Amino acid sequence: MKDKFFKSGEHWVWFNAGAIAISLVMVVSLVFFIAVKGLSHFWPADIVIFETKLANGTIQKSLGEVYDEETPKGQDPAVAKQILLKTGNRDLYGLDFRWLKAKEIVGQSSRDDVLVIERREWGNFYGFLKGVKFDGKEYSLDNPELYDKMEEAIDRATDIYGEIKDIEKDDIGSINYDLEQLRLERKRLQLEEKDTPEAIAEIRAQEDVLKAEFEVQQAKMNALYDDANRDALMVESVDGKTLTVVASNIVMAFQPNNMGPLDKVGHYFTKIGEFIFDEPREANTEGGVFPAIFGTVMMVILMSIMVTPFGVVAAVYLHEYAKQGFVTRLIRIAVNNLAGVPSIVYGVFGLGFFVYFLGGSIDDLFYPEAKPAPTFGTSGLLWASITLALLTLPVVIVSTEEGLSRIPKSIREGSLALGATKIETLWRTVLPMASPAMMTGLILAIARAAGEVAPLMLVGVVKLAPTLPLDGNLPFIHLERKFMHLGFHIYDVGFQSPNVEAARPLVFATAFLLVLVIILLNITAIKIRNRLREKYKSLEH
Amino acid sequence: MSELSNDYEAVKDRVRALLDKQTEGGHHTLRRIKDMVAKHSIAIGGVSVIVAVVMIFFYLLYVVFPIFRSAEITQQQVYSNVAQAPQLWGMEEYGEIAYRLDDAGQLVFYRADSGAVISEEALPLTADEQVSSVAYANREEAIVAVALNSGRVLLPKLTFSISYPNDQRTITPSIEYPFGEEGILLGEAAIVHIAAAKNEEYLSLVAVDENANLAFQRFELQESFLTEGLELEQLTEQAIESDFSVDYLMHDPTGQWVYLVGKDGSLQSYWLEDDELQPNERLSLVAQGVSVTDAKLLLGGISILVGDSQGNIAQWFPVRDDTNTYRLTRIRNFAFSESAIVNITPEIRRKGFYAIDAEKNLGIFYATSHREVLQESLPELTDASEIVINPRGNRMLVTAGSQIEVWSVENEHPDLSWSALWSKVWYESYPEPQYTYQSSASTTDFEAKFSLVPLSFGTLKAAFYAMLFAMPLAICGAIFTAYFMAPKMRSSVKPAIEIMEALPTVILGFLAGLWLAPVMEENLPGVFMILILMPLAIIAFGLTWHFLPSRITALIPEGWQAALLVPVIILIAWFCFAISYPVEKLMFDGNMRVWLESIGITYDQRNSMVVGIAMGFAVIPTIFSIAEDAIFSVPKHLSNGSLALGASPWQTLVRVVLPTASPGIFSAVMIGLGRAVGETMIVLMATGNTPIMEANIFEGMRTLSANIAVEMPESEVGSSHYRVLFLAGFVLFIFTFIFNTVAENVRHRLRRKYGSL
Repeated sequence: MKDKFFKSGEHWVWFNAGAIAISLVMVVSLVFFIAVKGLSHFWPADIVIFETKLANGTIQKSLGEVYDEETPKGQDPAVAKQILLKTGNRDLYGLDFRWLKAKEIVGQSSRDDVLVIERREWGNFYGFLKGVKFDGKEYSLDNPELYDKMEEAIDRATDIYGEIKDIEKDDIGSINYDLEQLRLERKRLQLEEKDTPEAIAEIRAQEDVLKAEFEVQQAKMNALYDDANRDALMVESVDGKTLTVVASNIVMAFQPNNMGPLDKVGHYFTKIGEFIFDEPREANTEGGVFPAIFGTVMMVILMSIMVTPFGVVAAVYLHEYAKQGFVTRLIRIAVNNLAGVPSIVYGVFGLGFFVYFLGGSIDDLFYPEAKPAPTFGTSGLLWASITLALLTLPVVIVSTEEGLSRIPKSIREGSLALGATKIETLWRTVLPMASPAMMTGLILAIARAAGEVAPLMLVGVVKLAPTLPLDGNLPFIHLERKFMHLGFHIYDVGFQSPNVEAARPLVFATAFLLVLVIILLNITAIKIRNRLREKYKSLEH
Repeated sequence: MSELSNDYEAVKDRVRALLDKQTEGGHHTLRRIKDMVAKHSIAIGGVSVIVAVVMIFFYLLYVVFPIFRSAEITQQQVYSNVAQAPQLWGMEEYGEIAYRLDDAGQLVFYRADSGAVISEEALPLTADEQVSSVAYANREEAIVAVALNSGRVLLPKLTFSISYPNDQRTITPSIEYPFGEEGILLGEAAIVHIAAAKNEEYLSLVAVDENANLAFQRFELQESFLTEGLELEQLTEQAIESDFSVDYLMHDPTGQWVYLVGKDGSLQSYWLEDDELQPNERLSLVAQGVSVTDAKLLLGGISILVGDSQGNIAQWFPVRDDTNTYRLTRIRNFAFSESAIVNITPEIRRKGFYAIDAEKNLGIFYATSHREVLQESLPELTDASEIVINPRGNRMLVTAGSQIEVWSVENEHPDLSWSALWSKVWYESYPEPQYTYQSSASTTDFEAKFSLVPLSFGTLKAAFYAMLFAMPLAICGAIFTAYFMAPKMRSSVKPAIEIMEALPTVILGFLAGLWLAPVMEENLPGVFMILILMPLAIIAFGLTWHFLPSRITALIPEGWQAALLVPVIILIAWFCFAISYPVEKLMFDGNMRVWLESIGITYDQRNSMVVGIAMGFAVIPTIFSIAEDAIFSVPKHLSNGSLALGASPWQTLVRVVLPTASPGIFSAVMIGLGRAVGETMIVLMATGNTPIMEANIFEGMRTLSANIAVEMPESEVGSSHYRVLFLAGFVLFIFTFIFNTVAENVRHRLRRKYGSL
């Protein structure tokens, strides 16, 4: 019996089964791991107070959320265990984290009134509320309105803050943009030697209007700033240091130990919303990733517009028009090579050819007034999209061709027999039937482009873009601007950030977001493809 | 029946009428034109895919190509040479203004392209003083040491201030004395040779006087509180008596070395120790019967170039030997001509030099790349010809008898050559020739090291370890999935693998660098135990299953073995990590990393093993999909025939299916390899990115692709560095082009073969 097991080679079969099982375990656990790490970040953890007796005999109180526990390899947990506590209060302690030795801990307690304040600067604050300054009045601890007033102050400041941001972004932003346009206009006139005094005077008049408007907005903003700084919270850290936090510096304040499960779920989703829809703060280590999502989506849309027609035409040529022979062999080799060439090579090519060569020529021809500052002659959204369109071209071609090859010949012949020309046959019958296949190709291309980072590092991605590539200033889409990208965000925050430890949860969250989007896109593509196959299987019989 | 045929006739008539109308209205012509246009534009669209690939290829080549181009010189002007043999002759940055200093201490600035004098300045010499020797103390700052026959040394600085009136560059030359007009007195005797070095902190002067004695003075530069100028504080004043007949005196810019060279080829070196010059070594630079005809220091002052009477130019620099002393060593030789070398002129900003021989040839060379970028015969040259180059290296003045010739020089990338990129190079201050990649450093006289060998090695190393991890898993997995797996399970496994392929590599790299690398370092024995225990456990489980009573095994249909193994695998992995520390304690004194280092194996946290696993993970789906396709499309009648003849499924697989599918598997491996070679983000994030040449699995590497990603954003467009990075991209392109084309051809052949089956 045993003899037969080895002789018939069954152990090899098991061995092969093991290989595929290992691969599956790896994929599933990887996705699961990212999901757990990424999603747990937003849950409001309980805040604990630790009392430790330091080596010199003093008692140190630490307040924060337990982040990690670690026992050095091979040592007794009772002696050597360490706890990593996120204590926040960077303005007081200098660091966000503190290692506590388990053997030094003499007391552990918890208080319901622990307050966590997420601030726009200096990171989180962990401590207790002592009083609120609201509209000139001070509310102290014994005042029952205290927490209501705190909420009110924060809500009010948040509204004003939003207003300030609107003015900064929309009004002042567009004034600056217009001023810049006028400056370029003046330079253009100079270059074309049309800078007549009248023309210059007119530009100057417009500039004066804009500058006056700027002053008005600036004054309005300063007033708002003053207004936003009206209220403040008086808070105290666990070791008795008091602090005044201006309301305009507060993103959110909550008491995690006082929350019920429902509150926590609510808070959780608020945080996820903040993550998706807000801008990053503190050198990308806090806040949201909205500009990165926006940049990725913009780039992918532009890329799709370019890659789809090109890829479909190439596939139609390969499958419907070309005689299968030397040329099609060459094209197939070309497609395979496009698919196989490392993405960084596309980046190098894009940088050299699109950015410096094409972009430089465009600048020479159309934007001489902006020189020496490059307009299109530097990496930006347009070049990144074109580069990625080239990169994803084979995906669309292969997928479309596969769709075309599944359409039974009888359908084409039927159309031709009715007197339709070849292009009519294609346009009216074949292409509509192949459209799900094109869709599959496009979705796969989008998934690939969304996850690609290496070429983008050369042709347009930056760690922090001051403006989105889409705004209210004509011509609305600014193809020459640099943009942020989810994949690059992961690389940048995970590896280039000054505070990697603090940023790590956010990187996991971003990674999960990216993985989620890509998996969903792929599953959609697979579903469409499977349905298509089923459909044509039935047509063939 | 007749009703039907009536109907039919009516329809026919109507269709005819319609068609006739369309034909008359030109509708058909329009349709035909549309069809033609569509046909051609689609053909153009299809062929443009080829154009895209060809364009990538040629654009990369176009950027890389100038690397291997020779230099070119073009004569621009000729004008008469007013002052024969001036003591000092030079040009400023842009090559617009030249200057000369004559024996009487008259400094003349003139236009380099016409000889028209711009201004004249007289150095503060007394009546009976004459300039006897001149040398640059600092070439970049244009500080000159002018030695006089009275034993005094003046230190004027030539300044060229640039202004842009009317958007036109205007350069105004002038002269300053940062160390005072009276200069420094080196001795009473007339100075014959002077050499000087001024850097950020020190100034040192060496002179040989008419009695062949050596005078050395060294100063520390101090900022004066009163005038905010520089003050000199003397550290050393040294007089060395010597019997050496000095023809060439050299002093390196750091002020560490002094070289005395005689025409007979003997060299005496001194080096600075405790602020005093100490004799270091004495040797002969040339063979018996050969004489030295010129000797100059290369940029940076580490290397000496020695031209001899037989037309050779040798590069020498001090190399530390086994006893830790510096020995001047002959590094490389440029066999320039058959006749004597007349003159050697080093370039000012890079390690290149110009030379003239007695047969009136001009040669342009580069030391590091051991390259002769130009050799041209200039018939007007004489034995007294001298060359001046501007710091940017694009303009050259040559004296030819009574004339000065102005040449423009185009010499962009002399620092790169086939041997500089792909062979061992002996760089300055290195003990031996080696492969090194170091593209930039903070100093200007840095010798850029552009060997692509460590990067290519790193690329192949990363790919090798990735394939080592991926190939068995992917191919075995493909075999099982295609041949043994139940169709139902297969239909859910394939999408899972496709998703694995879609995972962005930036995420894999991030996890590998920040999570996997520390975890592996912590549990190193566990990782190795997984390698050993996993196959054993799988086979043991298979054996157990084989012996289980059939009523249990019948619960799970054939082809679901992989699903059964999932819990086993998780359990084994957990077990290995759990006993990792006990094993480490038992066998490696509690710390495997320290143990490894004690037996001489370096361990980096981000090493090849991490890269191998992470990149292997990325490559598995690529290989899997293609190999699975190849195995699955082997016609069923082949395997059925074999099974019918009594072979076991495994025997059928090995003897019938795999041989048929092997070209497909080969092409899968090729494409996987292509992907591993070009992968960027994983290696960028999961290794230390140090360009070393070690096959050690516990050390990192730098790959071609990661190198591009790291350095491209900061390289200057059009520079040698930029072109080297394009060359790296081109090499990657070629690598993958070969892999992919081979794979595609193999697959094509396979498809045709199956078609016939």
